[in-house]
Amino acid sequence: MKFEFTVEGGDFSNAGTASSKIKRILKQLNVDGKLIKKTVVALYEAEVNIVAHAYRGTITADINSQRIDILLQDEGPGIESIEQAMEVGYSTASDKVREMGFGAGMGLSNMKKNTDVLDLDSKVGRGTKVHIVNYLNNT
Amino acid sequence: MDVFHHALKIDKELCIGCTHCMKVCPTEALRLRDGKAVLLANRCVDCGECFRACPVSAIRIEEDDFGEIFNYKHRIALIPSVLVNQFPEGLPPEQIYSTLLEVGFTDVFEVEHAVDLLKEETIKYQQNHKENKPVISTFCPAIVRLIQVKFPSLTSHMMLLKPPFDIAALYYRKQMEDKGYSKEDFGIFYITPCAAKIAAVKSPVGEKDQLINGVINMNSLYNKLLHKIKNNKSTTCRVPVANNLSSDGILWSLTKGESRVIPGRSLAIDGISNVMEFLEKLENEEVSDIDFLELRACDESCAGGVLNVNNRFLTVEQMEKRAQQIQQNNQKSVSDDPMMSYAAFIRKKMKLVEPIKPRSIEKLDENMMKAMEKMEERSELMKVLPLFDCAACGAPSCLSLAEDIVHGNATLDDCIFIQSMKVIEDAENKEDARNRIEKIWGKNRINTYRHKK
Repeated sequence: MKFEFTVEGGDFSNAGTASSKIKRILKQLNVDGKLIKKTVVALYEAEVNIVAHAYRGTITADINSQRIDILLQDEGPGIESIEQAMEVGYSTASDKVREMGFGAGMGLSNMKKNTDVLDLDSKVGRGTKVHIVNYLNNT
Repeated sequence: MDVFHHALKIDKELCIGCTHCMKVCPTEALRLRDGKAVLLANRCVDCGECFRACPVSAIRIEEDDFGEIFNYKHRIALIPSVLVNQFPEGLPPEQIYSTLLEVGFTDVFEVEHAVDLLKEETIKYQQNHKENKPVISTFCPAIVRLIQVKFPSLTSHMMLLKPPFDIAALYYRKQMEDKGYSKEDFGIFYITPCAAKIAAVKSPVGEKDQLINGVINMNSLYNKLLHKIKNNKSTTCRVPVANNLSSDGILWSLTKGESRVIPGRSLAIDGISNVMEFLEKLENEEVSDIDFLELRACDESCAGGVLNVNNRFLTVEQMEKRAQQIQQNNQKSVSDDPMMSYAAFIRKKMKLVEPIKPRSIEKLDENMMKAMEKMEERSELMKVLPLFDCAACGAPSCLSLAEDIVHGNATLDDCIFIQSMKVIEDAENKEDARNRIEKIWGKNRINTYRHKK
């Protein structure tokens, strides 16, 4: 089953809406609570990244009995060095964003901790793709 | 399937089927059947919002018959501190206590005597569970049930300590037994400010023993007491020894009663919709670093209980005044409290013996494949339903109807919009009928229906 959501860059007041909707779907599908939590924590992190860094993005969640597969694609500045971005504490967030409580540099490492598969693909000046997979029988 | 006891009962004679209750229910636990509201037992959390919304008082909160107290030689009234502040200002607590004796009780005990010990244990509990923060208070039974059904992944955060009324019952039972009374000799009756606490007594969560013999509603007892007070000619009333509560005790059941004394970052949230909004965020880990959460279903916590008589803000004001006076007079040190002589026993017994288990009402099916099919079917249904959420179908919203349909508990024809569309299509002057209805419902809805059907 596929679900698609759009995310507006800079719209911090609505950041997390897509994550909440996907969470509700997972609850209704009777997915294990711990797995829902892990997935939503990673997803929320990724959704906020779009809001904080990109102009706009889409989130596609594809769920079947084996796995939860989520693809987040954005149009934005992209990530220069993915390796660096994965480091704990590394952040390019502007002061404005940090003032709002985001951009502590924990995002990607936290996402990795909560997912079975985390793939990042980015083109500077074009945008970023984040691919998250969590397996259902793996809890 | 477990059977859940609910204190909320719908009086079929009085119910006019207006659907007001259905629309305020936070867990979509009500449906309209044969023109009357029906409660779905597995969804209801006993918050009492329906009771407040009912315009014809058709929803009752079941209580034990007052006469039952006389089955016992010793009749103990466990009262919440909010009781005293339901009465007209200026009426001293002593008079309310003595009137409780006049109407038939032999002992009166405020449940918040348990607070001094509970406070210590809560602080300890929170310190010992830092790896799984926030610790969520189990004070409010409606919140315990809400988390079980709507936020099952948070059940592991719930504090496994008894609420004050249970601890008070535990203490009173023990000290009566120690005095040599047998179980049949005494009855413990809790005077409740809300429906949720009745459900908690009758079908406890995380608890095996029933410590309380019966429950009396605060509003009905209020009537009994005030009637007696107003008609009392003699001024000689037995005034029981005033066991003053600590100021923490008095304030405990009010908003911030717990959070203000728990160290670290403690937050207090009252009102069930505020609580739901916050738990949604907590589940996503959008908020973190909170050590303790005090959550209460009613606005202004127990001062706003559905069985209260006095205005909730006036109750809060009066209780704060009481707490302040106690603090100023420094009348009481904790060690004076009668419960302190049983401190070791109470501490040991204060823990809830069973974990609080999730029982999700969100899942569409146990089996994930079936749940997916149902979700698919539901989203197809949502495309033709009008999204009025008018509740005329007997479900609180179009989404609820769609879910009832996929569960086999309703049909699409239950929707009056769908029914009307069929009538229009059979009408003699179709054009005219459609134009008229389009003016109200909009072209879009009508067209979507016609394309989808």
